[in-house]
Amino acid sequence: MSSITSSAQYQKKLAINRLGLWLFFASDAFMFGGLLVARFYLLGNRRLELEQTLGLIVTVVLLVSSFFMNRAEVMISKGNQKGFQRSIIVTIVLGILFLAGVVGVEWQTAHFQVNEGAQGAVFYMMTGMHAFHVLTGIIFLLIVYRNGLKGKYTAEKHYAVEASANYWHFIDLVWIIYYPALYLMGLI
Amino acid sequence: MRKIWSIGLIRALIFQILGSAIGAGLLGLIRLAMGLSWKTEPALVVGGFIGAIFFMIGIGGFSGWWKMAMGEDVPEAHDVTEPEGIRRYFGFSLDHKVIGIQYGILSMVLLSVGGSLALIFRTELASSGLQILDFVQFNTLVGLHGMVLIASILMGVAAMGNYVVPLMIGAEDMAFPRLNAFSFWIAVPATVLLLSAMLFGGFETGWTAYPPLSVRGPMGIQLFFAGVYIVGWSSILGALNLIVTTLKMRVKGMKLFVMPIFAWAVLATSIISLTATQLIGLSFQLVMFERLLGMGFFTPSNGGNPILFQHLFWFYSHPAVYIFVLPGLGIISELLPVFVRKPLFGYKWVAMSSMGIALTGYLVWGHHMFTSGIEEYLRVPFMYSTLLVAVPTGVKFFSWVATLWQGKLRFPVPMLFILGAIIVFLIGGLTGPPSGTVSTDLHLHDTYYIVGHFHATMFGGFIFPIFAAIYYWYPKITGRKMNDTLGKIHFYLMTPAFLVTSFGQMQIGMLGMRRRIADYDPTLGFDTSHLIITIAGYLIGVSVLIFFINLIISAKRGEVATGNVWQSRSPEWSILPSPSPVHNYKGMPFEVVGEPYDYGLEGSNYVLPVNQTGQAD
Repeated sequence: MSSITSSAQYQKKLAINRLGLWLFFASDAFMFGGLLVARFYLLGNRRLELEQTLGLIVTVVLLVSSFFMNRAEVMISKGNQKGFQRSIIVTIVLGILFLAGVVGVEWQTAHFQVNEGAQGAVFYMMTGMHAFHVLTGIIFLLIVYRNGLKGKYTAEKHYAVEASANYWHFIDLVWIIYYPALYLMGLI
Repeated sequence: MRKIWSIGLIRALIFQILGSAIGAGLLGLIRLAMGLSWKTEPALVVGGFIGAIFFMIGIGGFSGWWKMAMGEDVPEAHDVTEPEGIRRYFGFSLDHKVIGIQYGILSMVLLSVGGSLALIFRTELASSGLQILDFVQFNTLVGLHGMVLIASILMGVAAMGNYVVPLMIGAEDMAFPRLNAFSFWIAVPATVLLLSAMLFGGFETGWTAYPPLSVRGPMGIQLFFAGVYIVGWSSILGALNLIVTTLKMRVKGMKLFVMPIFAWAVLATSIISLTATQLIGLSFQLVMFERLLGMGFFTPSNGGNPILFQHLFWFYSHPAVYIFVLPGLGIISELLPVFVRKPLFGYKWVAMSSMGIALTGYLVWGHHMFTSGIEEYLRVPFMYSTLLVAVPTGVKFFSWVATLWQGKLRFPVPMLFILGAIIVFLIGGLTGPPSGTVSTDLHLHDTYYIVGHFHATMFGGFIFPIFAAIYYWYPKITGRKMNDTLGKIHFYLMTPAFLVTSFGQMQIGMLGMRRRIADYDPTLGFDTSHLIITIAGYLIGVSVLIFFINLIISAKRGEVATGNVWQSRSPEWSILPSPSPVHNYKGMPFEVVGEPYDYGLEGSNYVLPVNQTGQAD
């Protein structure tokens, strides 16, 4: 942002960007909420037949990735470029592991197909939409990592890091709600 | 050749065609590699979406963001130099005024397309028996008439919001200019997709696309879904932009409760479209996937439930009508004091009533489902929440009446349309409660009564106000006034013609004419009524044609009007010259010193240029 010179202008721009991002989350939350409604409307108190251990593992992986995402943001705000890059890389790797766990393993080994009843529909659509968001999150993180290597972010100006971190936490939060809805609630 | 290529719209449309072909071809190859044969339907869907993305690449919608992602410096929107003249309206411009006009043009194009579709099937309905259409064609036309006009209204709302709101609140542009241009241009490939549903077999469901019919019918429905899905994104992103703009970009001294009332209406409407739109997108997406992959969301034999679709769909599609009418009602409240020369009665209550309608709107969707087999215990709560909407709407009506009371009324063309809007919306409003109470709705549901009621709300809440807005802000855009005589012909032709169609529809509806059917029994005796409704419909078409002629010739030959044509207190008239300069208020700083609508109060001002108040910058 070359033409923004004064710090006051930058702060104003920052406030505008932050509000925009949070409104986007609010909007997206309605989509995820709609899927949650579909799950309870169609399956009610029925639990999906899923691999519990695998579910627990991917959940832990995603939660830990959020921890490293937060570390990355703290590091850059203290000006620690090396630590910031390391933490981002760990976050990306954990994100990819999560995707591999859900799409690569869970989808392949599930007891039901995509076209087998409400269970298949709900499970594949909920995890699919969530995985799509994780994928976009990983893409944002790769962009941030690349620009971080170029030294584009400073302790004072690193909104892109903050935004992708918030996005990552948002996706994490969605999973924190989806995980019990898919794996834990109801009776087989 | 190069000259044609430099016109963004044409380049982008070529990109879209190429992209669709590439998308469909790639999918075919992937399926081939997996050992599957060619299937048209998935190829259409994938091709449709890839085509829309290619359109955006062609128009240049991603170039700024791509550079940001690549770590290059991107100039701020107001530092970007844009081509002069008419060409910038066909390319990716970042100026909110250009985007507002682009939205307006798209809205008017869609208005004439949607209206013409209606005239075609009205001709079919003019007498019993089938004359010019078969059943699938009729259903396709009815469905597209609905959705094309919904798109037109969303674009019209965005046009008013984009052009007027930043000027009213003294902002230099919208909060996110690139996103703003993006949300306009993504709507263009979306409308192409929507209309191309006609070429791929059409669809039978009407605009609501209820499963299980939409799961089974012809595959034109997939293009319909894809088009609506993308228009939805345009609407969501546009709303996001407008909310941030109103909350963060106001000029010095403009507190929320001294904003022009139209800004409140746009804020309220944007809150609904930001959030609820996701649900229509989701519901259509689920049907799309059910058709593609056989997922069991809505087919009972596969564990699904079609009522779920209706819940998701109406959670948007009822608040959607508030998205359509709130800006229109805002226009009424905004323009009425100007032409009555009196303060707007109960400013705070009117502002809060917009918010009230928006928030109550989230709680009423079930009233569309009284007859579709929802849980019985849900009917009465939804009936009460529905009737609750009448309270904030009533606040608006009493405010208008009290504003008119003992005012010094003037009757230029915009004021005629404002008065028309109040009357027509009143008719639409009063016919609402009978469809909202369960006992009467069981009889009225799915009849032409609903059609008459709905069109009265849409004309009163959107069509009349947007015409008023165009007549009113036209000098701000072009520096010329629209022709008065043609404007009056437009009004005095459209209003009675509309009343005839609306009352006619309600009358035959009460007598038992069902909606969405191509043919009816001649012994019912509806032939004459239908013929009259059709003729009146054509008269509306003629009046709108006169409006378009006026719109075009006034741009060149209209009476020159550069000053404060309507003696308004709003900053876009009292500070800014017409046509509005490129960078809005640059070099003309002002601040808010008084109340927005104190017309007739000696020596009071709403806004003053900064140097005149003695507080130098």
